[in-house]
Amino acid sequence: MKLKVLEGHLGEISGFTKPKVEYEQYETPSHIAAVALYTMQTQFEALESKLVLDAGCGPGMLSCGASLLGAGTVTAVDIDGESLDILKENIEFTEVDNIDIIQCNFLCPEMYRCENYFDTVVMNPPFGTKNNAGIDMKFLKMGLDLSCDSVYSLHKSTTRSHIQKRIKEWGVKGSVIAELRYNLKSSFKFHKQHSKDIAVDLWRLHHS
Amino acid sequence: MLTSKCLRGVVTGYPLAINATIINITEVDYNPEFITRIIPKLDWEVLWRAADSIGHSDGLPQTIEPKFEENNEFLKKVHRVLLEVDIEEGNLVCPESGRRFPISKGIPNMLLTEAEVQ
Ligand SMILES: C[S@@+](CC[C@H](N)C(=O)[O-])C[C@H]1O[C@@H](n2cnc3c(N)ncnc32)[C@H](O)[C@@H]1O
Repeated sequence: MKLKVLEGHLGEISGFTKPKVEYEQYETPSHIAAVALYTMQTQFEALESKLVLDAGCGPGMLSCGASLLGAGTVTAVDIDGESLDILKENIEFTEVDNIDIIQCNFLCPEMYRCENYFDTVVMNPPFGTKNNAGIDMKFLKMGLDLSCDSVYSLHKSTTRSHIQKRIKEWGVKGSVIAELRYNLKSSFKFHKQHSKDIAVDLWRLHHS
Repeated sequence: MLTSKCLRGVVTGYPLAINATIINITEVDYNPEFITRIIPKLDWEVLWRAADSIGHSDGLPQTIEPKFEENNEFLKKVHRVLLEVDIEEGNLVCPESGRRFPISKGIPNMLLTEAEVQ
């Protein structure tokens, strides 16, 4: 599938209807999602015929995109049931048939039952705010524990050196494979500006 | 898909028992390469029992045969139970605690309550 076609499909996907601040619900813009997924597949063959996990899938921008690019199956997990209802609609609309949805807390210890199970874990994790600082790193670490190959994750570029440090501590390999610009719409009331551009890195982490 | 509903139970009491009230069969593109690659990752016994408990173990051997990758009929059956058979409505039941995790509209809800987490 061509990048433009993928982006076209993802552009049709519905986002969060009532984003919940506590779960940091903002969807990956379709353009970013398309470029990120396309890069994973064309440079690393990370999606086609692979066992993929989308951690914190929300309405499923990444899940649907991964499926469109030929994933074997996509397991989509999110803590929020309302988002998963939207994901169901998006799945029907996109006409993909191999996304498996589970409502659960991605950070609960029971997730370790899937240790090393997935080939590829994709995520746009919650960045972490005052109340749950560090949740992005917890997502990343859990992603690593559940994958036997690699994790692809979107992070603000300002966190780059921090992530580099953690990667060293964890004894895994990782690098930024694309630099993107994310237009975070002012979806939450406390965002004063209407919109602002944020530089975002697409990371690839893998077991050495 | 049964993939998430039995193979790797995500709560204590693995493997979970499946209570299905509505089962859906949806056709999914058959990808033998993918099926061949994931079979070694599966807990076969758990998959077999799960499929059997909902009446879909027909023709599925109880143990994996050597050289299964050359047996297209077998791969197709695995494809069917893994990807095409789905539980639309029902419960996953923890055999230890009896705790039920509802499946509604095909989505299992594995969230524990605050009390259960402690
Ligand atoms: C930044 S959004 C990304 C949504 C989607 N993956 C995308 O790319 O458009 C983060 C998602 O993580 C979910 N989330 C937050 N905390 C979670 C947790 N502990 N377990 C599972 N999902 C969680 C939120 O509900 C939200 O859908």
